[in-house]
Amino acid sequence: MTSEMWLSDDKLNHLRTIVGDPDFSSTKYTFVKELARGGMGTVYLAEDRELNRLVAIKVLNTTEVTDDLRNRMIREAQIIARLEHPGIVPVHDVGTLPDGRVFYAMKFVRGSRLDEYTARNASLKDRLRKFQAACDAVAFAHAHGVIHRDLKPQNIMIGSFGEVLVLDWGVAKILPEPDPPWSAVPWHRFGQSGGKPPHSKEWSNTSAGTVVGTRHYMSPEQARGEIDQLDERADVYSLGAVLHFLLKDQPKVSKAAKAISLKARANAKEERYSSASELSADIGRLLDAEPVSAYRENALEKVSRWVSKNRFLILLVLAYLLMRIFLAFTSRR
Amino acid sequence: MSKPLLGVVLGAVLGAIDGLTAWFTPAVRDQIGGIVIGSTIKGIIAGVAIGFFAKKFHSLPIGILFGLAVGALLAYLVARLQGGYYLEIILPGSLVGLIVGFATQKYGNTKEKMHAESGSF
Repeated sequence: MTSEMWLSDDKLNHLRTIVGDPDFSSTKYTFVKELARGGMGTVYLAEDRELNRLVAIKVLNTTEVTDDLRNRMIREAQIIARLEHPGIVPVHDVGTLPDGRVFYAMKFVRGSRLDEYTARNASLKDRLRKFQAACDAVAFAHAHGVIHRDLKPQNIMIGSFGEVLVLDWGVAKILPEPDPPWSAVPWHRFGQSGGKPPHSKEWSNTSAGTVVGTRHYMSPEQARGEIDQLDERADVYSLGAVLHFLLKDQPKVSKAAKAISLKARANAKEERYSSASELSADIGRLLDAEPVSAYRENALEKVSRWVSKNRFLILLVLAYLLMRIFLAFTSRR
Repeated sequence: MSKPLLGVVLGAVLGAIDGLTAWFTPAVRDQIGGIVIGSTIKGIIAGVAIGFFAKKFHSLPIGILFGLAVGALLAYLVARLQGGYYLEIILPGSLVGLIVGFATQKYGNTKEKMHAESGSF
């Protein structure tokens, strides 16, 4: 007697999903759901059973783990862990799954991506404030010798309390430095061999001619694959492109705001802001209705900016003058 | 410029201007010198009080109300000493206090900001 067992499509799809889900059984995490899938890795929502909190876990997509991929993931985790800043998602843990895939756990951020956030009619001022916060996080990374290389609205997260976080440091480049703090970390801790350590000299995990990043937000030198030529100004270009994205659907954009975006996106990197902090400072001046370095205003624009900045004070002085005129007339009687 | 100093400068300037406008009142035109000096001193006193208030409390509406109250109170005292011209003294005096209250809240540096700018923490 033979028996045949048939599986319905639903059951089959369910099995396929389960097989694709990472096996966290050897870790302190419990799988919850998939959050986002990228080229290199997938981010899952998981529960940390020890600390009883939700975390986001990035796991390599493929189970055929090469040393290069493994190194990339560990390197990404180490880069983020190095950047302790409110604008950069903190890494809690790093480890290996039973199938050999490297994972790292980070803070689970509740909120929306910058492109989704702006789609909900965020005001120009709000957009600029969020953008400035992103610039500050990037400037912090630059100060620690790290270039993001893939800045775009999709990689900037706005938390539920308005906090701004720069995500996805997977293709970041580390600039040379004499003695980085992680030089003491054993690079072969995870058992890989032949991995290039992320210290002692410039480390980018990409060779010359390789193009990494996102086309619309990529600097010309990055698009040409000039890896050795990339410095902080490549990120400044990407930030300029993000600013352009934030301004493009706004009805009343000042010439100064447009000039900042254009200066940040200059084709020649020498013509851009020399750093993200310089760009952030100009955005701050724009928000405070002060003159920005990217735009030279004429006398009329200067007066108009001063008037709009001091509108209430001018109203008070006018009220005072009107009252004085009124009193002058009444006291003559 | 610190908030108390801004209050003093603004109070003195606006007080002096306020005193000069007495020229438009023919009955007191011959006493304009004394009025300007008195009004300037009144402005300085109001400026000091409002400036120190702004240094301690960072709130635009409360700062404006405090400026208005101080300006009105000082102007009332002056009007009582003068024995008349209540409207001509209290109305502009209150408005000057209000302007100083607004300006010291919005402009002028706090101690922390001045330290941060000079890098002397």
